[in-house]
Amino acid sequence: MKTFGFWIFLITDCILFATLFATYIVLRGNTNGGPTPEELFQMPGIIAETFILLTSSFTSGLAVLAMNRGDKKGLIGWLAVTALLGISFVTLEIIEFVHMVHEGATMQTSAFLSGFYTLVGTHGLHVSLGLVWMIGLIMQLSRRGITPVTERKVNVLSLYWHFLDVVWIFVFTVVYLMGVM
Amino acid sequence: MSRSNASAHGAGGGHRGHGSLKSYTIGFLLSIVLTIIPLVVVLNGMMGRTATIVLIMAMAVLQFVVQLVFFMHLKEEDSPRWNLMALILGLVIVLTIVAGSIWIMTYNQVAH
Repeated sequence: MKTFGFWIFLITDCILFATLFATYIVLRGNTNGGPTPEELFQMPGIIAETFILLTSSFTSGLAVLAMNRGDKKGLIGWLAVTALLGISFVTLEIIEFVHMVHEGATMQTSAFLSGFYTLVGTHGLHVSLGLVWMIGLIMQLSRRGITPVTERKVNVLSLYWHFLDVVWIFVFTVVYLMGVM
Repeated sequence: MSRSNASAHGAGGGHRGHGSLKSYTIGFLLSIVLTIIPLVVVLNGMMGRTATIVLIMAMAVLQFVVQLVFFMHLKEEDSPRWNLMALILGLVIVLTIVAGSIWIMTYNQVAH
């Protein structure tokens, strides 16, 4: 039942992202004389972020498989790999944002950039919160081991992580790919 | 598998010890392919604007389905399928918000 409750949360989070996507798509052309998506986006970094998050979605699945085998070491190991990939993702995103701000593309520059930072930033915040949660769970697992409670938490966390990857696929497609088209 | 089945959490679990290394690997490989195809098409400008948008959106939706089936185990849920029903309701709301906003703002003469 608690897993279903979390599933409902994910659906409402989908709706939150839908409003941000709708806002971004509607405001995308309003650059107010500032930089356009084509001028701004640096694809190599974005491509790296995409594959890092994709791989972390896979490794969080491997963590669940290790847990189902009763392999505590494997579970913690794969969660740690997932967390490291998540940290790399957030780091690359921060580097991207800092670079953009240095080029004069701030949140206040245009409606396009307000929508962009809100949408991509909200996703980055979700990943960051997921990382805090994951590190906390790794600590709890190392103390208590695999119990019905920690098992449910790992399942729910991996659902959350896959969900973040799904949202990123749409960010990658709608924001970046359509931006540089 | 037996120990994970023993700790099943009743209705709506949908994610309790399903999945195998094989299904995760297939999902991962499919996701990589579905990411590389739109990337190559967009970066090389291989298609017209409309065709590219249709193709990359189709690839994104397919990858969404791949993640749902291979990673989030939506297909292995017991009935009644509450997870699936909640998801469908959510997607209807998502599509209404996104498509409705685009539709309204495209024909919004006040803003132009």
